[in-house]
Amino acid sequence: MLEYIAGHFNYWMVIIIMMAGFYTVISRGNLVKKIAGLNIFQVSVFMLYISIGNVKGGAAPIIEKGVELYSNPLPHVLILTAIVVGVATTALGLALVVRIKEAYGSIEEDEIHDQDQSL
Amino acid sequence: MKHNLILRVVAKFLIPLMFLFALYVQFHGDFGPGGGFQAGVIFSVGIILYALVFGTDVAKQIIPSGVLKVLASLGVLIYAGTGVASLLLGSNYLNYSVLGSTQLAGQHLGIIVIELGVGMTVMSVMLIMFFAFADRDNKE
Amino acid sequence: MIEIIVDIILLTLLAIMAFAIIRMRSLFGVIMLFSGFSFLSAGLFVVMDAVDVAFTEAAVGAGISTILMLATLALTYLPNVNKEEKRPTHKPWLPLAVVLITGGLLIYGTTDIPAFGDPDAPAQKHVGPYYLEKSLPETGVPNAVTAVLASYRGFDTLGEVTVIFTAGIAVLLLLGGRRKEKQENSDET
Repeated sequence: MLEYIAGHFNYWMVIIIMMAGFYTVISRGNLVKKIAGLNIFQVSVFMLYISIGNVKGGAAPIIEKGVELYSNPLPHVLILTAIVVGVATTALGLALVVRIKEAYGSIEEDEIHDQDQSL
Repeated sequence: MKHNLILRVVAKFLIPLMFLFALYVQFHGDFGPGGGFQAGVIFSVGIILYALVFGTDVAKQIIPSGVLKVLASLGVLIYAGTGVASLLLGSNYLNYSVLGSTQLAGQHLGIIVIELGVGMTVMSVMLIMFFAFADRDNKE
Repeated sequence: MIEIIVDIILLTLLAIMAFAIIRMRSLFGVIMLFSGFSFLSAGLFVVMDAVDVAFTEAAVGAGISTILMLATLALTYLPNVNKEEKRPTHKPWLPLAVVLITGGLLIYGTTDIPAFGDPDAPAQKHVGPYYLEKSLPETGVPNAVTAVLASYRGFDTLGEVTVIFTAGIAVLLLLGGRRKEKQENSDET
């Protein structure tokens, strides 16, 4: 039982962090906070993948003499690409927030929605 | 922020070290952690620190916006161009083995060239985004 | 043993920071907590033997993302206004229910996953050992992650460079020009 918890504790904590980020996106109205929540969600997904690729007692996947067991390099490659794409998406989202502020005058979701309804 | 003496002195001390570290990470990505992306980001952060402490006008004199746009496009072009070079030498797209005399030499050359392209593009794009945000006028 | 302790401590700290980001209303504090969150997650990646990923996450998450968020905050709030989020007007029962149901289903889904760090898991069987064995003889590069990224999966990296280039162009299109009113004023004078 204790081994089961020790083997799965990582995944459960990652899911808790993922849900915290998800809750921030869907329930808070401020646009900058939504983008921060989206980034938390992304980082927790990366942690999930890296946990899947980890090998107990292994070393970083840089081939050296005398080391036998390495961690799996494939998830590292995928997550490297995903991190860079994530920062591109965040930058674009923040540029859109600045333009929304210039067009509507506020970055709270309720006020933007009211302005759109009253048009 | 340039009236703050500590910031000025520490920034002038750290920024050349950042550039050196970025070059080290770029070219030693084969033997340790690193590679094009990390090097591009560290290089751009050095210039962003300079722009934060001394003002964006001075930073834009070091690297004008036109040069940044050309560098970004050049990086993607170098990457795709390596693939086309492999095509012209008779093999598949992005097959580095034909670029050198032996397979190992060709692969090594190909990896270094494309990491250079990636580093150039990432550095220029980070700087383009920072200057676009920092130069937007706020007064209504 | 010490790895497991550091792992548990880092994960708990990350969860606490994520909950603090939900509750905090001052936007400046949210951005600072987010920067600390990115940096701690880079530490977690090092503990899990992913050094390339930790390097990139620390540089990009704690560096570029934080700077861009601070610049957005400076551009969207006037200097003397209190930079706080508005008090929420709706009751959060529906989002809370959705989050709890999704979390419950995901945790139910992880009951079948092999234990953390198992060397016999299916994820370690097919392509991973091939890359680890063949990357040094075939490409001459000791870093397996760079070899896979640049040589075996070069097309993905080409797509990634194109994506970041496109994002740069898009930000330039959105925020590159001066604001329209100022340009008309300077044209008239």
